[in-house]
Amino acid sequence: MLEISEVTKNFGGLRALNDISFQVDEKQIYGLIGPNGAGKTTLFNLITGFLPATEGSIRFLGNELTRLRAHKIAKLGVARTFQNIRLFGTMTVEENVMVAQNIRARSGITSLVQFFSAKEKRFRDEVNELLNRMGLWEKRKEQSLSLAYGAQRRLEIARALALEPKLLLLDEPAAGMNEAETEDLLERVQEIRDMGKTVLLIEHDMSVVMGICDYVAVLNFGELIAQGTPDEIQASEAVIEAYLGREEG
Amino acid sequence: MSVYTQGVVALMGINILMALSVYAIIMTDQVSLGNAGFMAIGAYTSAYLTVKMGMPIFPALIIGALTSSFIGFLIGIPLLRLEGLYFVMGTFGFGEVARTFFMNFEPTGGAYGFRGPVGATLPMIYGWVLALILFFWLLSHSRLGRSLDALRDDHEVARTIGLNVTVLKLGLFWLGSFVAGIAGGLYAHYMFYIESGNFHILVSAMAILYVILGGMYTFWGSVLGAVIFSILPEALRFMEDWRLSLYGAVLVLMMIFRPSGIISRQIVRNIEDWIGGIFRKASV
Repeated sequence: MLEISEVTKNFGGLRALNDISFQVDEKQIYGLIGPNGAGKTTLFNLITGFLPATEGSIRFLGNELTRLRAHKIAKLGVARTFQNIRLFGTMTVEENVMVAQNIRARSGITSLVQFFSAKEKRFRDEVNELLNRMGLWEKRKEQSLSLAYGAQRRLEIARALALEPKLLLLDEPAAGMNEAETEDLLERVQEIRDMGKTVLLIEHDMSVVMGICDYVAVLNFGELIAQGTPDEIQASEAVIEAYLGREEG
Repeated sequence: MSVYTQGVVALMGINILMALSVYAIIMTDQVSLGNAGFMAIGAYTSAYLTVKMGMPIFPALIIGALTSSFIGFLIGIPLLRLEGLYFVMGTFGFGEVARTFFMNFEPTGGAYGFRGPVGATLPMIYGWVLALILFFWLLSHSRLGRSLDALRDDHEVARTIGLNVTVLKLGLFWLGSFVAGIAGGLYAHYMFYIESGNFHILVSAMAILYVILGGMYTFWGSVLGAVIFSILPEALRFMEDWRLSLYGAVLVLMMIFRPSGIISRQIVRNIEDWIGGIFRKASV
Protein backbone atom coordinates (compact mmCIF):
# COMPACT_ATOMS: atom_id res chain seq x y z
CA MET A 1 0.00 0.00 0.00
CA LEU A 2 2.92 2.34 0.73
CA GLU A 3 6.00 1.89 -1.42
CA ILE A 4 9.11 3.86 -0.64
CA SER A 5 11.73 3.43 -3.30
CA GLU A 6 15.26 4.79 -3.43
CA VAL A 7 14.40 7.86 -1.38
CA THR A 8 17.21 10.26 -0.58
CA LYS A 9 16.98 13.51 1.38
CA ASN A 10 19.76 16.07 1.66
CA PHE A 11 19.78 19.09 3.95
CA GLY A 12 22.48 21.18 2.32
CA GLY A 13 25.58 19.05 2.58
CA LEU A 14 24.05 16.66 5.10
CA ARG A 15 22.52 13.46 3.79
CA ALA A 16 19.66 12.71 6.20
CA LEU A 17 18.32 9.73 4.25
CA ASN A 18 20.26 7.68 1.75
CA ASP A 19 18.60 5.46 -0.83
CA ILE A 20 15.81 4.11 1.39
CA SER A 21 13.44 1.48 -0.01
CA PHE A 22 10.78 -0.53 1.77
CA GLN A 23 7.15 -1.39 1.46
CA VAL A 24 4.25 -1.38 3.92
CA ASP A 25 1.39 -3.77 3.24
CA GLU A 26 -2.25 -3.29 4.10
CA LYS A 27 -3.34 -3.85 7.71
CA GLN A 28 0.21 -4.20 8.92
CA ILE A 29 1.70 -2.59 11.94
CA TYR A 30 5.02 -1.61 10.53
CA GLY A 31 7.75 -0.45 12.90
CA LEU A 32 10.37 2.07 11.87
CA ILE A 33 13.09 2.01 14.47
CA GLY A 34 16.54 3.42 14.95
CA PRO A 35 18.59 5.54 17.32
CA ASN A 36 17.91 9.26 17.71
CA GLY A 37 18.91 11.23 14.63
CA ALA A 38 18.62 8.23 12.31
CA GLY A 39 16.20 10.04 9.97
CA LYS A 40 12.91 8.47 11.04
CA THR A 41 10.96 11.71 11.47
CA THR A 42 12.50 13.08 8.27
CA LEU A 43 11.02 10.11 6.44
CA PHE A 44 7.60 10.88 7.98
CA ASN A 45 7.95 14.47 6.84
CA LEU A 46 8.63 13.28 3.29
CA ILE A 47 5.64 10.92 3.28
CA THR A 48 3.24 13.60 4.57
CA GLY A 49 4.47 16.30 2.21
CA PHE A 50 6.09 18.52 4.84
CA LEU A 51 9.41 18.26 3.04
CA PRO A 52 10.25 17.48 -0.59
CA ALA A 53 12.40 14.43 -1.26
CA THR A 54 15.72 15.07 -2.97
CA GLU A 55 15.44 11.85 -4.98
CA GLY A 56 13.28 8.78 -5.16
CA SER A 57 9.59 8.06 -5.12
CA ILE A 58 6.92 7.45 -2.49
CA ARG A 59 3.78 5.80 -3.75
CA PHE A 60 0.57 5.38 -1.78
CA LEU A 61 -2.26 3.34 -3.34
CA GLY A 62 -0.91 4.17 -6.76
CA ASN A 63 -0.46 7.91 -6.11
CA GLU A 64 2.94 9.53 -6.23
CA LEU A 65 3.18 11.50 -2.97
CA THR A 66 6.46 13.34 -3.59
CA ARG A 67 4.72 15.78 -5.91
CA LEU A 68 1.61 16.38 -3.80
CA ARG A 69 1.01 19.08 -1.21
CA ALA A 70 0.39 18.12 2.41
CA HIS A 71 -3.40 18.66 2.41
CA LYS A 72 -3.83 16.53 -0.70
CA ILE A 73 -1.90 13.71 0.92
CA ALA A 74 -4.17 13.92 3.95
CA LYS A 75 -7.19 13.66 1.66
CA LEU A 76 -5.80 10.50 0.09
CA GLY A 77 -5.98 8.92 3.53
CA VAL A 78 -2.67 9.50 5.29
CA ALA A 79 -2.85 10.88 8.85
CA ARG A 80 -0.05 11.47 11.31
CA THR A 81 0.86 12.43 14.85
CA PHE A 82 3.92 14.33 16.01
CA GLN A 83 6.84 13.47 18.23
CA ASN A 84 6.37 16.72 20.14
CA ILE A 85 2.59 16.74 20.58
CA ARG A 86 0.90 19.39 18.44
CA LEU A 87 -2.73 19.94 19.40
CA PHE A 88 -4.85 22.94 18.47
CA GLY A 89 -4.35 24.93 21.67
CA THR A 90 -7.31 27.32 21.55
CA MET A 91 -9.77 24.46 21.08
CA THR A 92 -11.46 22.05 23.41
CA VAL A 93 -10.84 18.31 23.28
CA GLU A 94 -13.91 17.58 21.14
CA GLU A 95 -13.24 20.50 18.80
CA ASN A 96 -9.78 19.10 18.09
CA VAL A 97 -11.44 15.93 16.83
CA MET A 98 -14.34 17.68 15.05
CA VAL A 99 -12.09 19.90 12.97
CA ALA A 100 -10.35 16.85 11.52
CA GLN A 101 -13.70 15.73 10.03
CA ASN A 102 -13.88 18.92 7.98
CA ILE A 103 -12.55 17.42 4.76
CA ARG A 104 -15.37 14.88 4.83
CA ALA A 105 -18.07 17.25 6.10
CA ARG A 106 -19.67 20.32 4.58
CA SER A 107 -17.16 22.85 5.84
CA GLY A 108 -17.10 25.62 3.25
CA ILE A 109 -18.97 28.91 3.38
CA THR A 110 -22.30 27.05 3.37
CA SER A 111 -21.45 25.60 6.78
CA LEU A 112 -22.40 29.01 8.22
CA VAL A 113 -26.10 28.35 7.68
CA GLN A 114 -26.15 24.64 8.38
CA PHE A 115 -27.66 24.25 11.82
CA PHE A 116 -28.82 20.70 11.78
CA SER A 117 -28.62 17.78 9.44
CA ALA A 118 -28.66 14.01 9.74
CA LYS A 119 -25.11 13.96 8.44
CA GLU A 120 -23.94 16.39 11.13
CA LYS A 121 -25.60 14.17 13.73
CA ARG A 122 -23.60 11.21 12.44
CA PHE A 123 -20.39 13.24 12.64
CA ARG A 124 -21.19 14.13 16.25
CA ASP A 125 -21.78 10.48 17.13
CA GLU A 126 -18.50 9.65 15.47
CA VAL A 127 -16.66 12.21 17.62
CA ASN A 128 -18.19 10.76 20.76
CA GLU A 129 -17.27 7.26 19.71
CA LEU A 130 -13.67 8.22 18.97
CA LEU A 131 -13.35 10.04 22.29
CA ASN A 132 -14.82 7.02 24.06
CA ARG A 133 -12.42 4.69 22.34
CA MET A 134 -9.47 6.85 23.39
CA GLY A 135 -10.75 7.27 26.94
CA LEU A 136 -11.29 11.01 26.62
CA TRP A 137 -15.06 11.35 26.61
CA GLU A 138 -15.34 12.70 30.18
CA LYS A 139 -12.85 15.42 29.28
CA ARG A 140 -14.43 16.42 25.95
CA LYS A 141 -15.28 19.99 27.04
CA GLU A 142 -11.86 20.75 28.52
CA GLN A 143 -9.20 22.80 26.81
CA SER A 144 -6.93 20.46 24.87
CA LEU A 145 -3.73 21.70 26.48
CA SER A 146 -5.08 21.23 30.01
CA LEU A 147 -5.03 17.44 29.52
CA ALA A 148 -2.34 15.30 31.11
CA TYR A 149 0.53 14.30 28.84
CA GLY A 150 -0.65 10.76 28.08
CA ALA A 151 -4.18 12.01 27.35
CA GLN A 152 -2.80 14.64 24.96
CA ARG A 153 -1.06 11.85 23.03
CA ARG A 154 -4.32 9.89 22.85
CA LEU A 155 -6.17 13.01 21.69
CA GLU A 156 -3.65 13.50 18.91
CA ILE A 157 -4.36 9.94 17.76
CA ALA A 158 -8.13 10.53 17.99
CA ARG A 159 -7.74 13.64 15.84
CA ALA A 160 -5.76 11.68 13.25
CA LEU A 161 -8.40 8.93 13.22
CA ALA A 162 -11.17 11.49 12.63
CA LEU A 163 -9.75 11.90 9.13
CA GLU A 164 -10.73 8.25 8.53
CA PRO A 165 -7.25 7.55 7.22
CA LYS A 166 -6.18 4.33 5.55
CA LEU A 167 -2.62 4.79 6.78
CA LEU A 168 -1.77 6.18 10.20
CA LEU A 169 1.73 7.42 10.94
CA LEU A 170 2.58 7.52 14.64
CA ASP A 171 5.77 9.37 15.60
CA GLU A 172 7.04 7.95 18.90
CA PRO A 173 3.58 7.64 20.45
CA ALA A 174 4.98 6.12 23.62
CA ALA A 175 7.65 8.76 24.23
CA GLY A 176 7.57 10.04 27.79
CA MET A 177 5.04 7.48 28.96
CA ASN A 178 5.46 5.09 31.86
CA GLU A 179 5.18 1.34 31.46
CA ALA A 180 1.47 1.06 32.20
CA GLU A 181 0.62 3.94 29.85
CA THR A 182 2.77 2.44 27.11
CA GLU A 183 1.05 -0.92 27.53
CA ASP A 184 -2.35 0.76 27.29
CA LEU A 185 -1.31 2.71 24.20
CA LEU A 186 0.02 -0.34 22.37
CA GLU A 187 -3.27 -2.09 22.98
CA ARG A 188 -5.07 0.81 21.35
CA VAL A 189 -2.70 0.70 18.38
CA GLN A 190 -3.63 -2.93 17.87
CA GLU A 191 -7.31 -1.99 18.04
CA ILE A 192 -6.70 0.60 15.34
CA ARG A 193 -5.20 -2.06 13.11
CA ASP A 194 -8.19 -4.29 13.84
CA MET A 195 -10.38 -1.42 12.57
CA GLY A 196 -8.75 -2.15 9.20
CA LYS A 197 -6.12 0.55 9.22
CA THR A 198 -2.45 0.30 8.41
CA VAL A 199 -0.05 1.72 10.99
CA LEU A 200 3.49 2.92 10.45
CA LEU A 201 5.07 3.47 13.82
CA ILE A 202 8.31 5.23 14.74
CA GLU A 203 10.03 4.20 17.92
CA HIS A 204 13.59 4.41 19.15
CA ASP A 205 13.07 2.01 22.04
CA MET A 206 13.19 -1.42 20.37
CA SER A 207 11.50 -3.33 23.15
CA VAL A 208 8.33 -1.26 22.76
CA VAL A 209 7.61 -2.28 19.19
CA MET A 210 8.80 -5.88 19.17
CA GLY A 211 5.59 -7.11 20.71
CA ILE A 212 3.12 -5.54 18.28
CA CYS A 213 4.86 -4.98 14.94
CA ASP A 214 4.38 -7.42 12.08
CA TYR A 215 7.39 -6.09 10.30
CA VAL A 216 10.25 -3.78 11.22
CA ALA A 217 12.72 -1.59 9.32
CA VAL A 218 15.81 -0.22 11.05
CA LEU A 219 17.38 3.12 10.17
CA ASN A 220 20.79 4.29 11.32
CA PHE A 221 22.50 7.50 10.16
CA GLY A 222 20.09 7.75 7.25
CA GLU A 223 20.76 4.22 6.01
CA LEU A 224 18.33 1.31 6.05
CA ILE A 225 20.43 -1.30 7.81
CA ALA A 226 17.90 -4.09 8.26
CA GLN A 227 14.31 -5.10 7.69
CA GLY A 228 12.40 -8.18 8.65
CA THR A 229 10.14 -9.68 11.28
CA PRO A 230 10.82 -8.66 14.88
CA ASP A 231 12.60 -11.98 15.52
CA GLU A 232 14.88 -11.52 12.55
CA ILE A 233 15.67 -7.97 13.61
CA GLN A 234 16.54 -8.98 17.13
CA ALA A 235 19.03 -11.50 15.78
CA SER A 236 20.54 -9.11 13.25
CA GLU A 237 24.16 -8.21 13.93
CA ALA A 238 23.93 -4.89 12.12
CA VAL A 239 21.10 -3.82 14.42
CA ILE A 240 22.84 -4.91 17.59
CA GLU A 241 25.91 -3.03 16.43
CA ALA A 242 23.92 0.14 15.72
CA TYR A 243 22.35 0.11 19.15
CA LEU A 244 25.14 -1.25 21.31
CA GLY A 245 28.29 -0.69 19.29
CA ARG A 246 30.74 -3.27 17.98
CA GLU A 247 32.30 -5.79 20.30
CA GLU A 248 36.06 -5.49 20.57
CA GLY A 249 38.25 -8.33 19.43
CA MET B 1 -29.36 63.51 18.50
CA SER B 2 -27.09 66.47 17.91
CA VAL B 3 -25.09 66.66 14.69
CA TYR B 4 -21.95 66.25 16.74
CA THR B 5 -23.17 63.05 18.42
CA GLN B 6 -24.39 61.72 15.08
CA GLY B 7 -20.96 62.25 13.62
CA VAL B 8 -19.26 60.39 16.47
CA VAL B 9 -21.72 57.49 16.22
CA ALA B 10 -21.35 57.26 12.44
CA LEU B 11 -17.56 57.19 12.60
CA MET B 12 -17.80 54.60 15.35
CA GLY B 13 -19.79 52.36 12.99
CA ILE B 14 -17.21 52.82 10.25
CA ASN B 15 -14.43 52.06 12.76
CA ILE B 16 -16.23 48.84 13.73
CA LEU B 17 -16.28 47.83 10.07
CA MET B 18 -12.58 48.64 9.70
CA ALA B 19 -11.78 46.64 12.84
CA LEU B 20 -13.73 43.66 11.45
CA SER B 21 -11.86 43.93 8.17
CA VAL B 22 -8.57 43.64 10.09
CA TYR B 23 -10.02 40.84 12.23
CA ALA B 24 -10.92 38.78 9.14
CA ILE B 25 -7.26 38.73 8.15
CA ILE B 26 -5.99 38.25 11.72
CA MET B 27 -8.14 35.09 11.86
CA THR B 28 -5.59 33.52 9.51
CA ASP B 29 -2.71 34.65 11.73
CA GLN B 30 -1.65 37.56 9.50
CA VAL B 31 -1.70 41.27 10.30
CA SER B 32 -2.52 43.67 7.48
CA LEU B 33 -1.31 47.25 7.66
CA GLY B 34 -2.87 48.10 4.33
CA ASN B 35 -6.61 48.12 5.01
CA ALA B 36 -6.86 51.91 4.64
CA GLY B 37 -5.80 51.27 1.02
CA PHE B 38 -8.78 48.96 0.48
CA MET B 39 -10.97 51.52 2.23
CA ALA B 40 -9.73 54.15 -0.25
CA ILE B 41 -10.52 51.95 -3.26
CA GLY B 42 -14.05 51.30 -1.93
CA ALA B 43 -14.54 55.00 -1.15
CA TYR B 44 -13.33 56.42 -4.46
CA THR B 45 -14.98 53.77 -6.62
CA SER B 46 -18.41 54.06 -5.02
CA ALA B 47 -18.22 57.87 -4.85
CA TYR B 48 -17.31 58.08 -8.53
CA LEU B 49 -20.26 55.82 -9.39
CA THR B 50 -22.84 57.82 -7.44
CA VAL B 51 -21.55 61.31 -8.31
CA LYS B 52 -20.43 60.92 -11.91
CA MET B 53 -22.60 58.05 -13.09
CA GLY B 54 -25.71 58.73 -11.00
CA MET B 55 -25.86 55.22 -9.58
CA PRO B 56 -27.88 54.61 -6.37
CA ILE B 57 -25.79 54.25 -3.25
CA PHE B 58 -26.38 50.57 -2.46
CA PRO B 59 -25.12 49.04 -5.73
CA ALA B 60 -22.31 51.62 -5.76
CA LEU B 61 -21.18 50.44 -2.32
CA ILE B 62 -21.24 46.82 -3.46
CA ILE B 63 -19.33 47.53 -6.66
CA GLY B 64 -16.79 49.61 -4.70
CA ALA B 65 -16.26 46.75 -2.25
CA LEU B 66 -16.07 44.17 -5.04
CA THR B 67 -13.41 46.31 -6.69
CA SER B 68 -11.33 46.61 -3.54
CA SER B 69 -11.72 42.91 -2.78
CA PHE B 70 -10.80 41.95 -6.34
CA ILE B 71 -7.60 43.94 -5.97
CA GLY B 72 -7.18 42.34 -2.54
CA PHE B 73 -7.48 38.95 -4.18
CA LEU B 74 -4.91 39.82 -6.85
CA ILE B 75 -2.29 41.21 -4.48
CA GLY B 76 -3.13 38.51 -1.94
CA ILE B 77 -1.77 35.81 -4.23
CA PRO B 78 1.84 37.05 -4.01
CA LEU B 79 1.52 38.72 -0.58
CA LEU B 80 0.26 35.62 1.21
CA ARG B 81 3.51 33.87 0.36
CA LEU B 82 5.03 36.18 2.95
CA GLU B 83 4.70 35.57 6.66
CA GLY B 84 4.85 37.59 9.85
CA LEU B 85 6.63 40.95 9.60
CA TYR B 86 7.27 40.54 5.87
CA PHE B 87 3.53 40.31 5.27
CA VAL B 88 2.98 43.41 7.42
CA MET B 89 5.56 45.30 5.37
CA GLY B 90 4.01 44.09 2.11
CA THR B 91 0.53 45.27 3.07
CA PHE B 92 1.97 48.55 4.37
CA GLY B 93 3.55 49.06 0.95
CA PHE B 94 0.21 48.38 -0.75
CA GLY B 95 -1.59 50.90 1.50
CA GLU B 96 0.88 53.62 0.60
CA VAL B 97 0.67 52.82 -3.11
CA ALA B 98 -3.14 53.07 -2.98
CA ARG B 99 -3.05 56.37 -1.09
CA THR B 100 -0.51 58.04 -3.40
CA PHE B 101 -2.37 56.67 -6.42
CA PHE B 102 -5.51 58.58 -5.41
CA MET B 103 -3.45 61.66 -4.56
CA ASN B 104 -2.32 61.76 -8.20
CA PHE B 105 -5.30 60.28 -10.05
CA GLU B 106 -7.00 63.26 -11.75
CA PRO B 107 -10.41 61.66 -12.63
CA THR B 108 -11.20 61.48 -8.90
CA GLY B 109 -9.84 64.90 -8.08
CA GLY B 110 -6.22 64.07 -7.35
CA ALA B 111 -4.77 66.18 -4.57
CA TYR B 112 -7.89 68.39 -4.47
CA GLY B 113 -9.97 65.53 -3.24
CA PHE B 114 -13.38 64.39 -4.46
CA ARG B 115 -16.55 66.24 -3.58
CA GLY B 116 -20.17 65.25 -3.73
CA PRO B 117 -21.00 61.73 -2.50
CA VAL B 118 -24.06 61.86 -0.22
CA GLY B 119 -26.66 59.54 1.18
CA ALA B 120 -25.10 57.38 3.89
CA THR B 121 -27.29 57.43 6.98
CA LEU B 122 -26.83 56.06 10.46
CA PRO B 123 -29.32 53.19 9.89
CA MET B 124 -27.47 52.29 6.70
CA ILE B 125 -24.08 52.20 8.45
CA TYR B 126 -25.42 50.17 11.36
CA GLY B 127 -27.31 47.86 9.01
CA TRP B 128 -23.93 46.86 7.61
CA VAL B 129 -22.47 46.59 11.11
CA LEU B 130 -25.28 44.25 12.20
CA ALA B 131 -25.08 42.18 9.03
CA LEU B 132 -21.37 41.64 9.54
CA ILE B 133 -21.78 40.86 13.24
CA LEU B 134 -24.31 38.21 12.22
CA PHE B 135 -21.89 36.88 9.60
CA PHE B 136 -18.96 36.64 12.02
CA TRP B 137 -21.18 35.09 14.68
CA LEU B 138 -22.32 32.38 12.29
CA LEU B 139 -18.71 31.90 11.17
CA SER B 140 -17.50 31.45 14.74
CA HIS B 141 -20.04 28.65 15.24
CA SER B 142 -19.43 26.85 11.95
CA ARG B 143 -17.08 24.18 10.67
CA LEU B 144 -15.38 26.79 8.52
CA GLY B 145 -14.69 28.78 11.69
CA ARG B 146 -13.09 25.68 13.26
CA SER B 147 -10.86 25.27 10.20
CA LEU B 148 -9.72 28.87 10.61
CA ASP B 149 -8.98 28.29 14.31
CA ALA B 150 -6.90 25.28 13.34
CA LEU B 151 -4.97 27.30 10.80
CA ARG B 152 -4.34 30.04 13.37
CA ASP B 153 -3.22 27.59 16.06
CA ASP B 154 -0.78 25.63 13.88
CA HIS B 155 -0.87 26.04 10.13
CA GLU B 156 1.39 23.03 9.52
CA VAL B 157 -0.83 20.66 11.47
CA ALA B 158 -3.85 22.23 9.74
CA ARG B 159 -2.39 20.95 6.46
CA THR B 160 -2.01 17.43 7.84
CA ILE B 161 -5.74 17.29 8.58
CA GLY B 162 -6.39 18.14 4.96
CA LEU B 163 -7.10 21.86 5.10
CA ASN B 164 -6.06 23.93 2.11
CA VAL B 165 -4.35 26.70 4.04
CA THR B 166 -3.62 28.81 0.96
CA VAL B 167 -7.28 28.94 -0.07
CA LEU B 168 -8.43 29.77 3.47
CA LYS B 169 -5.91 32.61 3.79
CA LEU B 170 -6.79 34.02 0.40
CA GLY B 171 -10.53 33.79 1.10
CA LEU B 172 -10.25 35.68 4.37
CA PHE B 173 -7.96 38.28 2.80
CA TRP B 174 -10.64 38.76 0.15
CA LEU B 175 -13.26 39.15 2.89
CA GLY B 176 -11.11 41.67 4.80
CA SER B 177 -10.61 43.82 1.71
CA PHE B 178 -14.33 43.59 0.90
CA VAL B 179 -15.36 44.82 4.37
CA ALA B 180 -12.79 47.63 4.22
CA GLY B 181 -14.24 48.60 0.82
CA ILE B 182 -17.74 48.83 2.31
CA ALA B 183 -16.39 50.93 5.19
CA GLY B 184 -14.73 53.23 2.68
CA GLY B 185 -17.90 53.65 0.60
CA LEU B 186 -19.98 54.47 3.68
CA TYR B 187 -17.32 56.88 4.89
CA ALA B 188 -17.26 58.76 1.57
CA HIS B 189 -21.06 59.06 1.41
CA TYR B 190 -21.28 60.22 5.00
CA MET B 191 -18.51 62.83 4.80
CA PHE B 192 -19.58 64.32 1.39
CA TYR B 193 -15.90 64.83 0.63
CA ILE B 194 -12.85 62.56 0.51
CA GLU B 195 -9.17 63.13 -0.09
CA SER B 196 -6.27 60.73 -0.13
CA GLY B 197 -5.17 61.93 3.33
CA ASN B 198 -8.31 60.31 4.82
CA PHE B 199 -6.78 56.91 4.07
CA HIS B 200 -3.49 57.40 5.78
CA ILE B 201 -1.50 54.51 7.29
CA LEU B 202 -2.70 55.73 10.70
CA VAL B 203 -6.24 54.59 9.79
CA SER B 204 -4.92 51.05 9.22
CA ALA B 205 -2.92 51.21 12.44
CA MET B 206 -5.92 52.36 14.49
CA ALA B 207 -8.01 49.49 13.11
CA ILE B 208 -5.33 47.02 14.24
CA LEU B 209 -5.30 48.72 17.62
CA TYR B 210 -9.06 48.22 18.07
CA VAL B 211 -8.68 44.52 17.35
CA ILE B 212 -5.73 43.97 19.67
CA LEU B 213 -7.11 46.04 22.55
CA GLY B 214 -10.58 44.58 22.24
CA GLY B 215 -9.30 41.00 22.19
CA MET B 216 -8.14 39.39 18.98
CA TYR B 217 -9.50 35.88 19.48
CA THR B 218 -13.15 36.82 19.02
CA PHE B 219 -14.84 39.25 16.63
CA TRP B 220 -16.65 40.76 19.64
CA GLY B 221 -13.24 42.07 20.69
CA SER B 222 -12.95 44.02 17.43
CA VAL B 223 -16.44 45.46 17.86
CA LEU B 224 -15.88 46.40 21.49
CA GLY B 225 -12.41 47.78 20.83
CA ALA B 226 -13.72 50.01 18.05
CA VAL B 227 -16.62 51.23 20.20
CA ILE B 228 -14.52 52.07 23.26
CA PHE B 229 -11.64 53.67 21.42
CA SER B 230 -13.94 55.71 19.19
CA ILE B 231 -15.75 57.16 22.20
CA LEU B 232 -12.73 57.61 24.43
CA PRO B 233 -11.17 60.59 22.59
CA GLU B 234 -14.55 62.33 22.73
CA ALA B 235 -15.05 61.50 26.40
CA LEU B 236 -11.65 62.97 27.11
CA ARG B 237 -12.46 66.33 25.52
CA PHE B 238 -12.66 68.00 28.95
CA MET B 239 -8.88 67.48 29.14
CA GLU B 240 -8.50 69.90 26.22
CA ASP B 241 -4.85 70.00 25.13
CA TRP B 242 -3.96 66.91 27.17
CA ARG B 243 -6.65 64.80 25.55
CA LEU B 244 -4.51 62.80 23.16
CA SER B 245 -1.73 62.34 25.73
CA LEU B 246 -4.26 60.79 28.07
CA TYR B 247 -5.59 58.65 25.20
CA GLY B 248 -2.05 57.37 24.66
CA ALA B 249 -1.65 56.73 28.39
CA VAL B 250 -4.85 54.66 28.42
CA LEU B 251 -3.48 52.54 25.57
CA VAL B 252 -0.23 51.92 27.43
CA LEU B 253 -2.09 51.01 30.64
CA MET B 254 -4.33 48.62 28.68
CA MET B 255 -1.29 46.84 27.29
CA ILE B 256 0.14 46.51 30.80
CA PHE B 257 -2.96 45.30 32.61
CA ARG B 258 -4.87 43.52 29.87
CA PRO B 259 -2.30 42.52 27.24
CA SER B 260 -4.56 39.92 25.62
CA GLY B 261 -7.39 42.40 25.10
CA ILE B 262 -10.62 43.20 26.86
CA ILE B 263 -12.62 40.08 25.98
CA SER B 264 -11.45 36.54 25.54
CA ARG B 265 -13.18 33.64 23.88
CA GLN B 266 -13.91 32.16 27.30
CA ILE B 267 -15.84 35.28 28.34
CA VAL B 268 -17.89 35.11 25.12
CA ARG B 269 -18.59 31.42 25.75
CA ASN B 270 -19.73 32.11 29.31
CA ILE B 271 -22.06 34.89 28.16
CA GLU B 272 -23.52 32.70 25.41
CA ASP B 273 -24.11 29.88 27.91
CA TRP B 274 -25.74 32.35 30.27
CA ILE B 275 -28.06 33.70 27.56
CA GLY B 276 -28.79 30.16 26.42
CA GLY B 277 -29.75 29.32 30.01
CA ILE B 278 -32.22 32.19 30.17
CA PHE B 279 -33.88 31.03 26.94
CA ARG B 280 -34.11 27.47 28.21
CA LYS B 281 -35.70 28.63 31.45
CA ALA B 282 -38.14 30.83 29.56
CA SER B 283 -39.24 27.94 27.36
CA VAL B 284 -39.91 25.56 30.28
